Amino acid sequence: MPFREAMEAKYRDILAKYIEEQKESTLYLAQKFSRKSIENQVTPEEIISLHKMILQEMYPEMPTYVTHSFDLLLEIMLGYGFAYREHQSLRHQQKELRSEIEIAANVQHTLLDTEIPVVEGLDIGAISVPARLMNGDYYNFVQDENQCISIAIADVIGKGIPAALCMSMIKYAMDSLPEHRNEPSILLENLNHIVEQNVDPSMFVTMFHGIYNYEQHLFSYASAGHEPGFFYDGKKKEFTEITARGLMLGIDKKTKYTQYEKKIEPGDMIILLSDGVTECRTSEGFVEKDTLLTYIDKYLHLSAQEIVNRIYKDLEQIQNFQLRDDFTLIILKRSV
Amino acid sequence: MDIQSCVNIQTEWDIVAARQLGRNVAKELGFGVVDQARITTAISELARNIFIYAHKGRVCIEKMNDKGHAGLRIIAIDSGPGINDIRLAMEDGYSTSGGLGAGLPGVKRLMDEFQIVSSPGKGTEITAIKWIR
Repeated sequence: MPFREAMEAKYRDILAKYIEEQKESTLYLAQKFSRKSIENQVTPEEIISLHKMILQEMYPEMPTYVTHSFDLLLEIMLGYGFAYREHQSLRHQQKELRSEIEIAANVQHTLLDTEIPVVEGLDIGAISVPARLMNGDYYNFVQDENQCISIAIADVIGKGIPAALCMSMIKYAMDSLPEHRNEPSILLENLNHIVEQNVDPSMFVTMFHGIYNYEQHLFSYASAGHEPGFFYDGKKKEFTEITARGLMLGIDKKTKYTQYEKKIEPGDMIILLSDGVTECRTSEGFVEKDTLLTYIDKYLHLSAQEIVNRIYKDLEQIQNFQLRDDFTLIILKRSV
Repeated sequence: MDIQSCVNIQTEWDIVAARQLGRNVAKELGFGVVDQARITTAISELARNIFIYAHKGRVCIEKMNDKGHAGLRIIAIDSGPGINDIRLAMEDGYSTSGGLGAGLPGVKRLMDEFQIVSSPGKGTEITAIKWIR
């Protein structure tokens, strides 16, 4: 340890210099010394002991009360050294924990990964960004051989690791119910059973599920208490909220869900989102739905993926780059 | 030959006696001032644990010699409630000291070797060694 070996001589130099003349430049040297000694895990009590020893060397006639006072100081600083070492060890643990969560987030990413289907006449864009490392939002697309695309968007109330764990379960529950995929209301009913049985009662899941038939351009959907999205009418240039009633998943075993249908015309859009989008907060309060819709309006001429990306960037900026909740936005745009 | 001396821990004053014993032995063995203070703090923590949690026990100090290498061994024995989850007790931040770095992990860091044996309902035996550098 080169620093430790040189430490004594270095400290002697600085101390002698400072006793001779109390200059700021020497204090600056002392600051640099302390940074180096912290880097080299030198504890406070070692510094006190060093100080005492050097002082005794420099002034052999030093009064004994000064010597004794350093022994007391050393004992006191030992406690600080104690706390300091614990702090170091906790910091190390925190680093480890963080890298563990990062790995978990990667695993989750792979688990929940979904490909956006490419079909003629329909342009789809999707973005999902977690507030922390792990995502409690989830979206999923499945394209089947009957010219249908299944679209699911879900949000676990809460965020972070518990929400993410819960979401992984839901994804597997969904994968295991393929026969119900073209009936949104039945799919939600089945998922409701699974969530009710397997998820902690304090945890709730909202979900919107839709089937888009890209031959007939018919959209059937059902919602389990999920944040309402919007339809955009390309002819009237109007947004309307998607009204779909239904209880959140996991509350009541017997919940039934109503299925709705909507014809999608050329130039129309379906906008689905999680509450992380509508609950974006700025210093002036929540982002109003109207604000969100004006953003969408502004980017209407772009591709669906571009629109969601730009809206995310805009909302991220007005919130000073601090997401409060997981953010998921999906746009389906029927080409003109 | 190892020479062992012990202090029974029953009152808070006994903690001081244990500290004194440890410091004297550390000085005799030729430990530096910082290490003397570290050994004493470790003894103090262990004796305090006995006083607070087990109410009764003893702290023994032993001079060691391993092929000419001198060291000091602390043995803290009590017949208190024991520790249920040693792994947890050895975790930083768990100790009731309120995260001041004390507690068992603190003692372990102050010493070179550390060993703990505990069975719930029977008691705890902690051995810690510091070698002269």
